[in-house]
Amino acid sequence: MSRRVAGIDVGGTFTDLLLFEEDESGSRVRFAKVPTTTENQAEGVLQAIHAAGVTAAGLDLVIHGTTVTTNALLERKLARVGLVTTAGFRDTLEIGRRTRPRPYGLFGVFEPLVPRDLRLEVPERMNAAGEVVTPLDEAAVEAAVRHLLESGCEALVIHFLHSYANPAHERRAGEIAARLWPNSYVTLGHALLSEYREYERGTTASVNAAVQPVLDRYLDRLVQGLRRDGFTHELLVMNGNGGTIAAPLAAREAAKTVMSGPASGVIAAAVTLTQSGVGDAVTYDMGGTSTDVALISGGLPEVSAELTIDYGLPIHVPMVDVRTIGAGGGSIAWLDAAGMLRVGPNSAGSTPGPICYGRGGTLPTITDANLVLGRLDAAKLMTAANPVSVETIRAIFEAILARPLGLSVDQAAAAVVALANIHMVGAIRMVSLSRGRDPRDLTLFAFGGAGPLHAVALAAELGIPEVLIPARPGLTNALGCLVADLRQDFVNTVNVALDVVEMAAVHRVLADQVKRGVAINAAQQGEIQFTEIRHSADMQFRGQTHLIRVAIPDAAIGRDTLQSLFEEAYFARFQIRMPEIRATLVNLNTSVTGRRKPFPISSLLELSANTGDAMTARTGSRPVFADGRWADTPIFRREALSVGAAVTGPAVIEQPDATTFVEPGARMRVDAFGNLRIMTLAGLNQ
Amino acid sequence: MTVSFATDPLTLAVIEAGLQQVCNEMDLAFSRSAFSPVIAEADDRSDGIYDRHTGSLIAQGELGLPVFVGVMQASTGEIIRLIREGRVAAPEPGDVYIVNDPYLGGTHLMDVRFAMPFFHEGGLFCWLQNTGHWPDTGGMTPGGFSAHATESEQEGLRLPPVKLFKKGILDQEILSIILSNIRVADQRIGDIKAQAAALKMGERRLTELLARYGRDVVESVIGEMRERASSLMRAKLATVPDGRYESEASIDSDGVVNEPLRIALTMTKANGVLSFDFSRSSAPCRGPMNSVFATTLSSVYLAVRHVFPDVPLNAGAFEPLRVLRPEGTFLDARYPRPVSGCAAEVSQRIAEAVFLALVQAVPDLVTAAPAGTSGNFALGGFDPGKGTSYVMYQISGGGYGGNAQHDGLTNGCSTIGISKTTPVEVLEQYYPVLFRRFALREGSGGAGAHRGGFGVHYEVELLRGEARASFVMDHGRFGPPGVLGGKDGAPNIVRVHRNGVVYTPEHLSKDQDIQIAAGDRVEVLTPGGGGYGDPVSRPQSLVERDNLRGYYTQIDSRALWPMASVIENTNLPPYETKTKRP
Repeated sequence: MSRRVAGIDVGGTFTDLLLFEEDESGSRVRFAKVPTTTENQAEGVLQAIHAAGVTAAGLDLVIHGTTVTTNALLERKLARVGLVTTAGFRDTLEIGRRTRPRPYGLFGVFEPLVPRDLRLEVPERMNAAGEVVTPLDEAAVEAAVRHLLESGCEALVIHFLHSYANPAHERRAGEIAARLWPNSYVTLGHALLSEYREYERGTTASVNAAVQPVLDRYLDRLVQGLRRDGFTHELLVMNGNGGTIAAPLAAREAAKTVMSGPASGVIAAAVTLTQSGVGDAVTYDMGGTSTDVALISGGLPEVSAELTIDYGLPIHVPMVDVRTIGAGGGSIAWLDAAGMLRVGPNSAGSTPGPICYGRGGTLPTITDANLVLGRLDAAKLMTAANPVSVETIRAIFEAILARPLGLSVDQAAAAVVALANIHMVGAIRMVSLSRGRDPRDLTLFAFGGAGPLHAVALAAELGIPEVLIPARPGLTNALGCLVADLRQDFVNTVNVALDVVEMAAVHRVLADQVKRGVAINAAQQGEIQFTEIRHSADMQFRGQTHLIRVAIPDAAIGRDTLQSLFEEAYFARFQIRMPEIRATLVNLNTSVTGRRKPFPISSLLELSANTGDAMTARTGSRPVFADGRWADTPIFRREALSVGAAVTGPAVIEQPDATTFVEPGARMRVDAFGNLRIMTLAGLNQ
Repeated sequence: MTVSFATDPLTLAVIEAGLQQVCNEMDLAFSRSAFSPVIAEADDRSDGIYDRHTGSLIAQGELGLPVFVGVMQASTGEIIRLIREGRVAAPEPGDVYIVNDPYLGGTHLMDVRFAMPFFHEGGLFCWLQNTGHWPDTGGMTPGGFSAHATESEQEGLRLPPVKLFKKGILDQEILSIILSNIRVADQRIGDIKAQAAALKMGERRLTELLARYGRDVVESVIGEMRERASSLMRAKLATVPDGRYESEASIDSDGVVNEPLRIALTMTKANGVLSFDFSRSSAPCRGPMNSVFATTLSSVYLAVRHVFPDVPLNAGAFEPLRVLRPEGTFLDARYPRPVSGCAAEVSQRIAEAVFLALVQAVPDLVTAAPAGTSGNFALGGFDPGKGTSYVMYQISGGGYGGNAQHDGLTNGCSTIGISKTTPVEVLEQYYPVLFRRFALREGSGGAGAHRGGFGVHYEVELLRGEARASFVMDHGRFGPPGVLGGKDGAPNIVRVHRNGVVYTPEHLSKDQDIQIAAGDRVEVLTPGGGGYGDPVSRPQSLVERDNLRGYYTQIDSRALWPMASVIENTNLPPYETKTKRP
């Protein structure tokens, strides 16, 4: 009895596949990396399956992470959406909440996802208690829906004020629309999240409607392609909450797939860390134009329902809380008018990209600096279509940075890397401190193409004792697909003082959330080994606006327990006690996770029961600039490093998908799971 | 260009980023644990590091409210002066001074400052200071924005610099004086703890930085940062041609005497320095629209920073800017002139005058006038349904000015703030009100090649009991000016519908304690932004698009864009809001 499961992640540049095979003789892993087919991502997915040396017909399960909805949103290639809303509130999506794109500067524009001529009002109104103030004018709903259909809308949003308190009008309008609308692209505002704040809920609903047809068509093409190749099983799609959902259900709540890519990376990190015995970490995924950072606590990624994907585009559904920093390998180094060295925020992106890509880039970037310093292999430059020599890159550094700064080229390149690191350190600190975590208590989990190059220096600067680099840093997102569980998240707003809230109602909300999650996962019952339920509450002191998330250990929780859990969580975060002030229960949250059979991460590398001697993996050496001087630095081949192998920096560890730099003095060893564990000086001195 | 560095360029950049990080972490710590929603949600606070001799700015948090750009260096300077003169007790480790005196380098009384001397290796190294907007500091009106105040005492409790913490211990006597004089006092202890904790966080992080790089190196970097910010600002100002530029902005009234207040600016660029002379402005006023000099100064800094946002924020950035002290005008208020309107409104008019002068010099870098009012509306009353009294605050945005690149933003934030409005669904949860509409204000954007953005139009009905409505807004008399041939944005309108009769405030944008009862409605229409460039040159396609979207009525469109042929809009929605348009 054999079984093959494929995790496939479509990224901006590459489509990655990880295949796990099990049969009587044991288990194996296969990889494939093919260029992403931007126009139709499905082609790349099918190519990746072929490249792995299997056929779709031979697969038992495919789990897919896609950037289709993310790209559609960022490039605004969206469906034409119409909105039916409460009289007096047609413009909620356009006027937002009184903002501007940046704190300083009055330039900038915003276009809502639904233009004003496609936003229609109907008489209806609920109050904050969910009582009807104005009954729903059903004839008006029908007329509005017909008008939007005639105006060429493909998807429809019905968004009424206070529908989180009472969705009756939205549901009724939804029934009327369903009779008239030719497809299933009708999104009710309360359906994705039952949370107050009309702009955020309405925008979330309109994001959903705008990407729904795009995702639906894409998945349709993909499933057809898979079927044509003989695939007879289920396709699962990765959601932004780090869980998967059956493809036929994914498009219904398409907004949840935005951030699917970053979420899968963090899920892979969580699983890798847990299997490796590490609970609390900060993940660090440095790419070409940006860097994603997330926190993992007790083996679980932090989830937030407050993500903003772009200016004016909040998506308030529970998603893995990934924060994006605008610095990547392509960030450009420059001197300001006062001669100060700066790195970013402008980026060379992937076109033209860093100078060393040979695509016409002429400005010094972080990646180029790593190359000048010997951390990246100059020999690989020759694989570019129009190779650029190290001399050319050095000449550019000399002219633009080194000479005006009065530095050598080496010093200038080192300064670029160091300054970039300082900014990333600051951003990582802000991300972790804003969630009440001191980075010194965490492990740095580095992945992505450029993450392992900077990670050790960053960790030292952050006071982080240990860096963990997984076996396949460049395939982490595909791994996330392979290991993700089926997971559904729910948020309901309560917003009542804890001392007067009806606890029976609390218990009812939690039970209902569980019921909904279990029902969705039931579509995939065969994959689920057991179901895990987690409840939490978002709470605050009365008069406060920030929320603290409190884990609820038992769905039948009592009032006093909840109060004291909150007080402890608050103290842990702010070191302040507030016995004089009452607590408010704002939101109740539940995640329902159908656990799949665990994937052994140790199977990612062929870990031969080797000697543990690193020298057998040494492929040579080259000069690398670190700590202000050049030193001949050993180069190791990652695949050849066996369990227990240990090296003291400086050292460069190369593998096809990433390069790791072990800073001087840091100590690397390969753990039993094939991870590189690197102790920084901060760790060694502990 | 070759530059000589006293410190190596990397150490310089790294310490600069380090000092910035200290301030950012103070900002974060303050708002994450503050109680006042104005601080926690609206980020109406700021944290910074200041020079031990002069109080001048060394670094300031990037998450701070724009209006505090540069203003806190004035209050630090005043504390240092008073200590030197022996009028305030000398600093010791663990001390935290509290001060909100507007005339000592402040803004209005609600902006309460905490200043902590930072000691290193036994000596004073610098000052850490933060400001937070407290929801109340006493006085005749809850919240402190009295439109009718004529002297400082009516505006609230005024604190000279006193040590609220002495060697780390909270002084319970001073605390009890403060708490006995302000409203909702029980929650303020939360803000006091948060505000002091933010400074402690800054103290820890700065100590780490000094331990790592050494006092001398950090000291020399601070000096160099200042020189570089100054030379960077000079480089930016090089784009401003030498000459004199005149502009004017006008405040509807001071809330007491119904006459406009005039801000007259003569901006001169010469020898690399940009100077600002406001001496032809109106005399001090009776009502609360006076500005203390520190606020006038920081309003200029704020406006310049909106135009050149990437100059690092330290005292050096301000060196090439000269603001002449406008003695004898309402922009240099002395005790006991009331000043509650200076931070929210007068500051924005001063910034507007600066924009209108700069746009003549560098038209590609500056927008036409933005709405430029915070749109403060307060409704206080007793809710018979809940049996509690309440004060509801609502702020509003308006349209931004058109500019060389595009149309103005709709419902942009006040230029001095970064705070969002509270959602209607949240307000209706807490207060006995029902919003009949919260909409884009059609027709409000000033016509232009690039038109102004739109203001908002809301109508809120009182459901139960009685209440009193107060307004501190502006641009009710004149709309935000258009530039280079663009038209002005629509002015602010306030209407109170009482028992079927419409009441319009005598001062248009400012009024206080209007009695309303259940069923009455308050209607506010905020200003649109000014237009940029001649409307005749607006592309036909954009006129048609705006027409299709109903941004303007067809009559308006024809009048505003005479060259464009405006087609009949047959694409009207089947149902219009029942309420009539103004």
